[in-house]
Amino acid sequence: MKVLLAGNEAIARGAWEAGVRVASGYPGTPSTEILEALAQYDGVIAEWAPNEKVALDVAVGAAYAGARAMAVMKHVGLNVAADSFFAASMTGVEGGLVIVSADDPGMHSSQNEQDNRLYCKFARVPCLEPSDSQEAKDLVGIALALSEEFDTPVLLRTTTRIAHSSTLVELGERQPPAAVPDYRIDASKYVMVPANARRRHPVIEERIARLARWAESFPCNRVEWRDRSLGIVCNGVAYQYAREVFPQASILRLGMTYPLPKDLVRRFANGVQRLLVLEELDPFLEEEIRLLGLPVLGKEVFPICGELDPSTVRECAIRAGLLAESERPPAVEIPSPPLPARPPILCAGCPHRAVFHVLRKLRLLVAGDIGCYTLAYLPPQAAVHTCGCMGASIGVAHGIAQAGSPQRRVAVIGDSTFLHTGLPALINLAYNQARAPVIILDNCTTAMTGHQDHPGTGRTLRGEERARVDLSAVARSLGVQHVECVDSYDLAAVERAVRAALSAEGPAVVIARRECALLPAVRRTWQPLSVDAGRCNGCGLCLQLGCPALVRSDSIDQATGRPRVRIDSLLCTGCAVCSQVCARGAIPRKDRHH
Amino acid sequence: MSGYDFLLVGVGGQGTLLASDVLAATGMRAGFDVKKSEVHGMAQRGGSVTSHVRWGEKVFSPLIGRGEVGYMVAFEKLEAVRFAGLLRPGAVIIVNDRAIPPISVSAGNDRYPSDEEVRAALAAVSTSVHFVPAVPIAERLGEVRANNVVLLGALSRFVEVPLECWLAAIAERVPARTLEINQAAFLAGRQADL
Repeated sequence: MKVLLAGNEAIARGAWEAGVRVASGYPGTPSTEILEALAQYDGVIAEWAPNEKVALDVAVGAAYAGARAMAVMKHVGLNVAADSFFAASMTGVEGGLVIVSADDPGMHSSQNEQDNRLYCKFARVPCLEPSDSQEAKDLVGIALALSEEFDTPVLLRTTTRIAHSSTLVELGERQPPAAVPDYRIDASKYVMVPANARRRHPVIEERIARLARWAESFPCNRVEWRDRSLGIVCNGVAYQYAREVFPQASILRLGMTYPLPKDLVRRFANGVQRLLVLEELDPFLEEEIRLLGLPVLGKEVFPICGELDPSTVRECAIRAGLLAESERPPAVEIPSPPLPARPPILCAGCPHRAVFHVLRKLRLLVAGDIGCYTLAYLPPQAAVHTCGCMGASIGVAHGIAQAGSPQRRVAVIGDSTFLHTGLPALINLAYNQARAPVIILDNCTTAMTGHQDHPGTGRTLRGEERARVDLSAVARSLGVQHVECVDSYDLAAVERAVRAALSAEGPAVVIARRECALLPAVRRTWQPLSVDAGRCNGCGLCLQLGCPALVRSDSIDQATGRPRVRIDSLLCTGCAVCSQVCARGAIPRKDRHH
Repeated sequence: MSGYDFLLVGVGGQGTLLASDVLAATGMRAGFDVKKSEVHGMAQRGGSVTSHVRWGEKVFSPLIGRGEVGYMVAFEKLEAVRFAGLLRPGAVIIVNDRAIPPISVSAGNDRYPSDEEVRAALAAVSTSVHFVPAVPIAERLGEVRANNVVLLGALSRFVEVPLECWLAAIAERVPARTLEINQAAFLAGRQADL
């Protein structure tokens, strides 16, 4: 039976069919739905880990124990897990181990567009790349079999366009996992002290050479002969663009992009007049092919930066003379005024909004972190001044403080991000007594990626109840003496707490807590407010909050000549932060029941 | 079997993803190869969202090329104009007659285009432009959130696929308790004056 599956759903299905026993990961677009989908199947342990390194260690341990295992992360998650990735390459595995890296060309939801194929070459780990959901499913099983045959972890690399595109998939049956054997103790292989590591290094070099020979006859490395004047080497979703834009060209589609099947590439190159590589991001295949001494076109035709699409591929090919000018679709001139942008923003009722309103008012320097709250770097909050990667805020604020910067500064970090990599940074801040208060924006979920649970929510990926990590107790146990917990919606309390933390003697933590307004249980309590038109004089103070539920109305205040504000009742949650800002009491609160 | 290339555009939270699910399922039921592509994550935070749905004998790229979109369903007027440059001349354009002002407009820093400007921009691409009062239609049926399915009903007039395929796809994709209202919304859109 064929069904329509997104790439991520197909990977989950593939893991289930291939008898994966243990899967672990941390949410990150575009990888998040893989574990969520896998958790719907029986017979698999699927867990959220606090970060990608821990997730990979869990999968590695399961594979050491002889079970089939999978670790799932977005591309930058592999940076966090890189230490474990390299170590697993050195030790090899007993049961199959596949690591899914979902890369994000075009940076739809990421801070960079690193090409994780380079990690494969770096760590001598084979790299498989699907071109659609069917292959995404099938390659999971192939990766696990390969992992077991060659005693190596295998990276399955997808991209946003594969992860979030749905295509038809033929479903298969589950291959029931074999019983887990007694743990096989082999210290010379699994204890990577220098003496053992020196013996292992030649083994992994020899392994990757054998894999390169295996790749020569791997059916997913496939030649499609058509017209021989142009031959295109391609991978992943770029294969689809190659078929769309160059329907007549011969194609070498590589399902395994590292290591390269050198003889297959040479035979293909010799069979065509002109060789072109079509790949997103880095010239990875192009450079490998150049090393074979073959003349090849690649990044002088197609861009390194950004996501490819059929239009970009076509336009680049026309400019390079590979396609006729007549292939360019007619451009239509659209007569339109400049259109207002519609960037992602903090939602109506977002508890972060109130906190950033206070931080802006106090004119603080704010070291930010990764999550919805990063959006507060934009006006009107404009109160996030650094944001590089997960968990960086606390260390960066620490460094700013130790540098002797005269500005008052704080770190802001979400609850999930704090547990991800903020924790060691807070240990460091307390230990070395840096004067940078840490504000944990606790919205009781991993909101940005779609409300995943974490150890602080007290629920697992499968919804089982667990003891919650108590963030105040954690901070105190690390030696932070000034710890205060406030309701994020209470502007006065947040301001008082932040001021107190700034003037505290030692390290200070403020936990600003309020559940994300979009959580289903919170949605049921929404009570939209309305503006008392008799009191509103259109001063616009509330609009400084940047809440999408507050809009200028057509009604004009006669005294001031300014348009009054109205509240969009479809969006308003009743958080009443605007009620606290309004100087004229024009937005009455409603009694909320909790 | 000739193909169909659909672009759905709107604002995060408007139900474009469910509508593209229904559209993809309809294509499958009509016997097409189908691909659907959308982007999650940041896009959901009230930003512009787009979804590509392609039906054909054999579909390669999940994304439709610039100038090759044959059918656009815009869930919001400004977004219709923003993506009009992707359309093939003469494309069928279904527009929800609804404005959601971006935050810069409600703060008074930007101007939302007038209806005349929206119409002029779309008229440059096609004469087959159809404004649908999907929100009032859905409100009359008692569920404003079904306005996305009203728009699919309007679209269905221009797509040569049996009605059963659409209704079965809706039944497959929407929660059972909202099935009746969604099928009513679809039929109301299909019968609306265009």
